[in-house]
Amino acid sequence: MAGTRRWPAPMIALALFLVAPLLAPGWIVFVLTLALAKFMAVLAVALFLRGGLISFGHALFYAIGAYAVGFAVKWLGVADAVLLAPLGAVLAAGVAALVGLIMARYRGVFFAMLNLGVSMILYAGLLKFYWVTGGTDGIGVRSPTYLGLAPPREVLRTAFYYFTLVLAGMAVYIVYRFLASPVGYFMKALGDNEVRIEYQGESVRRVMYLTYVLSGGVAGLAGVLAAFAVGHIVPEYAYWAQSGEFVFVALLGGYGTVPGPLIGSLAFEFLRTYASKYMPEAWQATLGVIMLVIIMFLPGGLWTFYAAVAGRARRKSEGLARG
Amino acid sequence: MDDAAPVLSTADLTRHFGMVKAVDGITVEIARGALVGIVGANGSGKTTFLNLITGYLTPDRGRIEFMGRETTGLPPRAVTKLGIARSFQVPQLYTGLSVPPRVAEGLQILERFGLGSYADRPVGQLAEGGRKLLDIALSFALRPRLLLMDEPTSGVSIDDKGPVMDTLVGVLRQSDVTTIFVEHDMDVVQRYARRVLVFDNGRVIAQGETGRVLADAEVRKAILGHA
Ligand SMILES: Nc1ncnc2c1ncn2[C@@H]1O[C@H](COP(=O)(O)OP(=O)(O)O)[C@@H](O)[C@H]1O
Ligand SMILES: [Mg+2]
Repeated sequence: MAGTRRWPAPMIALALFLVAPLLAPGWIVFVLTLALAKFMAVLAVALFLRGGLISFGHALFYAIGAYAVGFAVKWLGVADAVLLAPLGAVLAAGVAALVGLIMARYRGVFFAMLNLGVSMILYAGLLKFYWVTGGTDGIGVRSPTYLGLAPPREVLRTAFYYFTLVLAGMAVYIVYRFLASPVGYFMKALGDNEVRIEYQGESVRRVMYLTYVLSGGVAGLAGVLAAFAVGHIVPEYAYWAQSGEFVFVALLGGYGTVPGPLIGSLAFEFLRTYASKYMPEAWQATLGVIMLVIIMFLPGGLWTFYAAVAGRARRKSEGLARG
Repeated sequence: MDDAAPVLSTADLTRHFGMVKAVDGITVEIARGALVGIVGANGSGKTTFLNLITGYLTPDRGRIEFMGRETTGLPPRAVTKLGIARSFQVPQLYTGLSVPPRVAEGLQILERFGLGSYADRPVGQLAEGGRKLLDIALSFALRPRLLLMDEPTSGVSIDDKGPVMDTLVGVLRQSDVTTIFVEHDMDVVQRYARRVLVFDNGRVIAQGETGRVLADAEVRKAILGHA
């Protein structure tokens, strides 16, 4: 009984994601793809938020993933998603492995701003070396192939949606495994009590570092997928406002769980789509108001809202069963 | 390793904070399997002594050996890995988190400490006695060879001190962990510690069998504090 009650929500969500392209119009599939891609970057940021650390620089890894695709297309003529997704993730994780050596030593404001600083160095580089990066013009990215296979024109978008869905699923699996591991546990405990972590025989710096590398890789993967989804990359991928967006969305959805960032990303991308159509001038103000409402009334994000409703439904059904 | 060799020994262990001689040349040996109490007035250096042994502080001078191996200057996580665990005067817990995964038989250990029902409840729901026990359970779960407890019954109501100590000593007796506990409640020390070290101004002024040491008038004066 308990099992049947616990499963439906994720199962229904998965089923909806699976059938969405069959039922929904193309623009929705596009928004869903972008939301799924960015969800991974939000998830990466959430790994640190759980431990009380905020990064205003994760766009660094997002941009590395995206520009890995850009350069591969521009210089090598390769646009294979199956090849470039792991490559982008590994490149981003590699940079995270270097940068993480420094970041693992810092907390609080310093951690937030150091991340921002490093991402802005990349941003400046992307602008400055325009003969390589295309500068503000960016780089156009054509539709991906899959192990050399090019899907027919009509299903390009759908194919990439499913590809993104599969990778998001893999990222979710890896993050779940991480959260259940000792390092994942101690990462959450880090905001709480560093002294005790050391007295559990674990190195706080190691916890920070491993989380940073994973986080960088996952955000890099997000960048790869976003680059293909949008079809055009610009230095703004590395800009601090992009990092801020990831933090914003994590707060919007709730960063304590894995579904939180997903809900946040979906809400954010759809909101943005509508807002840019119906109230392009009021978009920023809308975001501001939403953030105020979330922080004041739903500090756990949209996810708490869902969890509360689901919890009440469950208590009700248990009550009836006992009745 | 032969049974007579001490589990822990310090030689001339010293740590000053400016003018304060918090720990001032302490040389002791703790025998394997012992349950030793440390007593002394507030500020006599008991916590600092534990902080030195576990690597939270580095000594100005002196040497620490654990199971025949020098550990002076090692950080807490290294000392922990060698087999020394500690609990804290003020429980150091993760609010909102329950048992860490590293604690392999976490639930069993909690049950032995009478905390079984707290396995998946937030730490915030525990009363002070429970927090103390959980803090100790976290240390004990690391399967240490040496367990250091800093005032396990401070903050615990008088009525609960007995039960808390009975639980602790019960668990400890079933394992072969050597234990040192700091305690300033004389009744608790009398009842549970076979041997005591008496701290005064960062020095050990007396040590030995509990009843005999605590009977000494000078010792009692030092423990009650200098006026
Ligand atoms: N980190 C520190 N900085 C400065 N002085 C300290 C520090 N820790 C302890 N002391 C001082 O050292 C002395 C011994 O403290 P402590 O070991 O906590 O005593 P006890 O645990 O026996 O009450 C006290 O005078 C205390 O004020
Ligand atoms: Mg003390």
